[in-house]
Amino acid sequence: MKGRNIPDNLCAVAVDLSDMLTGDWRALRPVVDRDKCVKCAVCWLYCPVQCIREHATWFDADLKTCKGCGICARECPQHAIVMVEEVEA
Amino acid sequence: MGKIVVIDGNEAAAWGAALSRPDMVAVYPITPQSSLVEYLAEFIADGRMDAELMDVEGEHSALSVLHGACLAGARTYSATSAQGLAYMFEPYFRTPGLRLPIVVSLVTRDGISPTCVWGGQQDAMSVKDVGWIHMFCENQQEICDTIPIAYKVAEHPEVMLPVNVNHDGNYLSYGVARVDLPDQEVVNAFLGEKDVNWHACLDPARPMAVDPLTGGAGGPGPSMFVRYRKGLCDGMQNAMRVIEEAHEDWGRRTGRHWAPLIERYRMDDAEVALVTIGSMTGAAKDAVDEARAAGARIGLVKIKTFRPFPAAQIAAALSGVRAVGVVDRAVNFGWNCGPVFQEVLSALYLSQARMPVMSFIGGLAGADITVEHFARVIERTRRLADGDMAVGPVWLNEND
Repeated sequence: MKGRNIPDNLCAVAVDLSDMLTGDWRALRPVVDRDKCVKCAVCWLYCPVQCIREHATWFDADLKTCKGCGICARECPQHAIVMVEEVEA
Repeated sequence: MGKIVVIDGNEAAAWGAALSRPDMVAVYPITPQSSLVEYLAEFIADGRMDAELMDVEGEHSALSVLHGACLAGARTYSATSAQGLAYMFEPYFRTPGLRLPIVVSLVTRDGISPTCVWGGQQDAMSVKDVGWIHMFCENQQEICDTIPIAYKVAEHPEVMLPVNVNHDGNYLSYGVARVDLPDQEVVNAFLGEKDVNWHACLDPARPMAVDPLTGGAGGPGPSMFVRYRKGLCDGMQNAMRVIEEAHEDWGRRTGRHWAPLIERYRMDDAEVALVTIGSMTGAAKDAVDEARAAGARIGLVKIKTFRPFPAAQIAAALSGVRAVGVVDRAVNFGWNCGPVFQEVLSALYLSQARMPVMSFIGGLAGADITVEHFARVIERTRRLADGDMAVGPVWLNEND
């Protein structure tokens, strides 16, 4: 790079995490019933954006990046996850 | 003077590439490009060229491999034609947005269907608005000289765009001519120190995601996307000046002064003008000479650089004539004319120069455009100057 100034209108390059979050366009939100969750990690395995977070006795989704695809709810063997429509706060 | 050889256009391109010392070439053969990449393989096998040659499984991979190599700081080269270019299109569209200074020869060939394997410029014309620089060569010497010039332009910090150096399939790819191969030292001095990729060079010390998601309707997306699009347009416009400077520099070092954007041939006092592109220009110049000898005031404008389009230069060159005949080796289906014709009309409109202009289409799928064809173009364009207007294009080979 030889210390050259890189114009900000050339190729898009990210060196920081984007503040454009995939959770911003979610229409349905996964809600975990902690009494039903047996922490089997099936949701963690299937989540396409790896947003499932581990807690003491359950898993749930990081809503900053969860797109609301519903795969976790479909795959959960305990039927512990339901998709709830997002509404304006 | 360098070494005088008698070679075909594909070998001239291979020499132009080899002299530019790329670090990596990725290739997949296709008619009429195949012998070009076979020459490169031979140069590398013989130790005359120090580059990594990657035989890939198709053109999509060829250009994708070059993306990776270029991001790692390599100078890169490939060549393709027609269906190969079509198969390359996905990474092809991505290349100018990434601002990667890759040089790819298009050995131009007509588009399928109907099936054909012969020359025509339908392939290049179909990708004219993707963001690559396009330079069309008239003869074997110009092919050899234009490839180093293309690297100089592509890698210029104010350009940073990929370049297609185009030569007509069959006529130039297999046609043999005398070529003065420049000395390696001359090309080295011309290109200077290799500094291919300084804007997005992959480096473990500086982790980055190249080409992350941008755009959309929210946050910084819209303005960010516009910024990159405008940056690409700026690079393309800057290329106009850089192409002129690079040709001038090349001319000083080699004695060969190619017209960088357009060439004006016998345009002083011309009443009627032809516009040509690529190898057809040779026959057209002969026809102009014959018409001049018979007393006609006729000239010719050859387009070397088609992207960026030298609109102001073309309008200035044509401003004094009474009629213009534009000859294409491709079809613009949506407008029922040739693509170069449509571009010339736009240039004239912006300059407010007004004269009748006609579209001639010939040389499709390997057909000849002979001096006799050009004599007919000249005769028809002279009648146009006298008010005999045309509806639709003239198909030069319709009755051959």
